[in-house]
Amino acid sequence: METATRRILTSEGLDGLLAALKRRGYRTVGPTVRDQAIVYDDIGSIADLPGGWTDEQDGGHYRLVRRGDAALFGYAVGPHSWKKFLHPPTLRLWRAARDGDAVQVVAEAPPEQPFAFIGVRGCELRAIEIQDRVLLAGQHADTPYRERRRGAFIVAVNCAKAGGTCFCTSMNAGPKAAAGFDLALTELADRPGGVFVVEIGSEAGRLMLADLPQRAATEGEIAAAEGVVERTAAAMGRAMRSDDVRELLLRNLDHPRWDAVAERCLTCGNCTMVCPTCFCTSVEESSDLAGGETGRSRRWDSCFTMDFSYIHGGAVRASARSRYRQWMTHKLATWFDQFGSSGCVGCGRCITWCPVGIDITEEVRAIRDSEQR
Amino acid sequence: MGDAAAFAADRADPMVPRVARVRRRRRDGPLVWTLELEADGADPGGFAPGQFNMLTVFGVGEVPISLSGDPAAPDRLVHTVRAVGPVSAALARVEPGGAVGLRGPFGAGWPMAEAAGRDVVLVAGGLGLAPLRPALYRLLAERERYGNVVLLYGTRSPDEILFRREIETWRRRLDIDIEVTVDHAAGDWHGHVGVVTTLIPRAAFDPLHALALVCGPEVMMRFAISALRDAGLAEEAVYLSMERNMKCAVGLCGHCQFGPVLVCRDGPVFRFDRLRGLLRTKEI
Amino acid sequence: MEGLERIIREHPFFAGLEERFTALVCGCAKNVRFEAAQYLFHEGGPADEFYLLRHGRVALELRAPGRGAVTFQTLRESEIVGVSWLIPPYRWTYDAKALELVRAIAIDAACLRRKCEADHDLGYDMMKRVMPVLVQRLQAARLQILDVYGSHG
Repeated sequence: METATRRILTSEGLDGLLAALKRRGYRTVGPTVRDQAIVYDDIGSIADLPGGWTDEQDGGHYRLVRRGDAALFGYAVGPHSWKKFLHPPTLRLWRAARDGDAVQVVAEAPPEQPFAFIGVRGCELRAIEIQDRVLLAGQHADTPYRERRRGAFIVAVNCAKAGGTCFCTSMNAGPKAAAGFDLALTELADRPGGVFVVEIGSEAGRLMLADLPQRAATEGEIAAAEGVVERTAAAMGRAMRSDDVRELLLRNLDHPRWDAVAERCLTCGNCTMVCPTCFCTSVEESSDLAGGETGRSRRWDSCFTMDFSYIHGGAVRASARSRYRQWMTHKLATWFDQFGSSGCVGCGRCITWCPVGIDITEEVRAIRDSEQR
Repeated sequence: MGDAAAFAADRADPMVPRVARVRRRRRDGPLVWTLELEADGADPGGFAPGQFNMLTVFGVGEVPISLSGDPAAPDRLVHTVRAVGPVSAALARVEPGGAVGLRGPFGAGWPMAEAAGRDVVLVAGGLGLAPLRPALYRLLAERERYGNVVLLYGTRSPDEILFRREIETWRRRLDIDIEVTVDHAAGDWHGHVGVVTTLIPRAAFDPLHALALVCGPEVMMRFAISALRDAGLAEEAVYLSMERNMKCAVGLCGHCQFGPVLVCRDGPVFRFDRLRGLLRTKEI
Repeated sequence: MEGLERIIREHPFFAGLEERFTALVCGCAKNVRFEAAQYLFHEGGPADEFYLLRHGRVALELRAPGRGAVTFQTLRESEIVGVSWLIPPYRWTYDAKALELVRAIAIDAACLRRKCEADHDLGYDMMKRVMPVLVQRLQAARLQILDVYGSHG
C-alpha cells in the first residue's frame, strides 16, 4: 500500500467523510460528551464530537475541562473502548423453540450494518489487534465478534494529548496509529478552520478519501503532524518498564505486595470493564414462563467476582489478593503464554477508573523495587 | 479494516448447541446418573478418551461433562453426571426421550498413542473414574498394544463405587489388575479401606516404561502424583485431567484459566511437568 | 528358630535389619494365626503385641454410636498391625479384625521395649521403622478428613 503521501482534510472534509460513510451504509460511531465524560456512541456529524473539550486524568480521577480552542480530538481515552461494539456487554447467542418433543435452536443474526469507528487511538488499535488474536485466531473463532469486526471501517486519530494515566509508549502501542486502520488523522489544532493530516492505511480508505474534498499535504504540515505525535510521546502521565515484566511477576506470585494491594482493592471489577482487551464473558439462560422458548445470553464477566472461578466445592480464587493477582498477571504475563503478546496497551483506563486509584504501573514498580533492594 | 484474510474461515458457531435426546438413563450411585445421548440427525463424528461435551438443559443452563462411554461406539454419547448444582441436577432429571443441548466434543484427551508399548496405570478418585473409562475401553479393546494395565480406584464408600458391575466383569479378566479402595466402610465390605495412594506402591508396573493417567479431586491428584514419583515414575510420564470453571469450552470466555493455560483449550488432560509449579501455588 | 529369623529378615518392616538386632527381635517373636472375623485386639486393650502380616488382610475399625463398626483402613501382607506398642501408654486405639485367615509373626511388645531400653541403638532403629508408618497413616487420615469425594467437593 502506498501510504507515503499524506493528504489534508479540513473540518468540512471530515464532516463529509462521516456523511459518506453513512451513505454507504456504515453505522458511524465516535467520541461524544455524555454524563460529563467522553464516551463512544453513534454520531451523525462532527457537531457530535467533543469539540473544545479535554480531560484531566489521574488515579481514580477523571474530569472534563474546556481547552480554549475548538480541537475535535484534544483529549485522551475515556471509560469506553471499541470492545463495546465489537464484543458487546450483553448479547443474545441463540434461542430455542420447543414444540412438543421437538426443539429447534436458532443462532442470533449478526447486525446488518457494518461499523465505522471514528477516532480510534493507537492504543485502541493495538487492543483490537489483541482481541482479534484472542477471539479469532484460535481453533474456534468467536462468531459474534467476527461478524462485527468484519467490514468495520476504522478512522484512527494520532493522539495530540497524553492523558495523566497514559503509558502507551511503555507498551509500544502508541501514541501513533501504526497499523490496522483505513485512514489515520493527525489534528493540527493550531491551524484555523481545522486541519487534519490524513494517512491512508488501506485500499478501502483510499477509495473513501478519493470522493472527498481534499488536497496533498505540504512538507510543513507533515512535519507538524509528526511533531504532534512526538510531543505526545514525550508527555506520558505514567511509565512502566515492560520488557521483563512477565518473568518479574511470575517469579513473585507469593509477593507480599499482593496482600498490600488486596487491602485497597474493592474487587469491583471496574478495571476489567474499562480495559480494552479484557474479554471474559459468562452466559445466562432465559426462559418464557411456559418454557416454550428458551435462550442463552452472554455478558461481560470479571475475574474479580467470586463466581468467576467457582467449581463444585467453592471458588478457586476466594481472596481479593488472588483475584487482583489473577487480573494483573494475566494482563502482563500469562497473556503471552496464552495468546502470544502482552494483554496491556498502556491506555491507563484501569488507573483512572479504579475507585481507589490502584495504579498497575505502581504495583509493577513496587514488586520490581523490592527485588532490587 | 475490510481485510477478510485476517479472519478465521466461517464455521458453524461453536457456541450454538445441537439438539440431542436422552436414550437411556441409569443411576450409578448416590446423586450420580449416567445418561446416554443421541444427537438429532447429526454425524456422531467420534471422540477421544478424556474429551468432554457441554450439555444444556434448555432454560436452566449448561455444564461441561466428560464423555464416559466407549470411543468405539461414538453414536452412543455416554456422560456420567453428579447432580450437585442446579444444572447438573436438572440434567440428571431429564427422562429418556427428553431433549438436551449438546456442544462438543472439546479438549485434549488422554495420551493413547504415547501409551502404546508401555505399562499403563490409571489412578481414579471418585467421579474421576468417568473420564478415564473411555481410555480403559480403548486399552482393553487393543489390549495387545500395551504392557501391564492397572486400574487403581479410590472412592468414598462402597455404595459410591461407579460402574460397579463393569468393574466386577473386568476383574475376572486376567489381563488387567484392578484395585478398589474406599475411605471408610461398614462391616459388610471386604475390599480395601484406605486412600487410593496406598495402592500405588504395590501396583505392578515398570516405572521406567509406564504412563500414569490420573483423574480425581485436585488434592487427591497431588498426593497420587507424589506417590507415583516415589514409585519411580518420571514427571513426564504422568498425565492428569484438570477441572476449572468453564462457560464456552473453546478458549473464548476466560473462565478456565490456570496460569498460562486455558484448561478447555490446552487440556483438560495435561502432562504433569507442564503444571508442576501451578499445582503448588494457592488460588491460581 | 532359624525359620522365624528368616521370615523376620525378609519382612519389609524389618528390611536391612542388622544381624545382632535380628536375634534380639527374634527372641520376642512367635508365629500366630487368626481365623476370619477373629479380632487381633480391641480398642483400649494393652498394646502388648504387634504383628508382621505374612498372609491375609486385617481391618482396623472404630465403633461409632448408630454406625456400628466403621473400617478406616485395611492392611495386608508385608504391612504391620499396631504402632501403639512403642508409644506410652501402650494401649490400642482401635479394633483389629482378621478379614480372612491371617498368618503373622507376633512380637511381644514388652519384651522388645525392654531390649530397646537396654540398647538404645536398637531403640533408635525401631523408632526409624515405626515413624514412617505413623506418618503415612497420619497423611492418609488427613486425606480422609478432607472427604475429597464428598458432595462438597
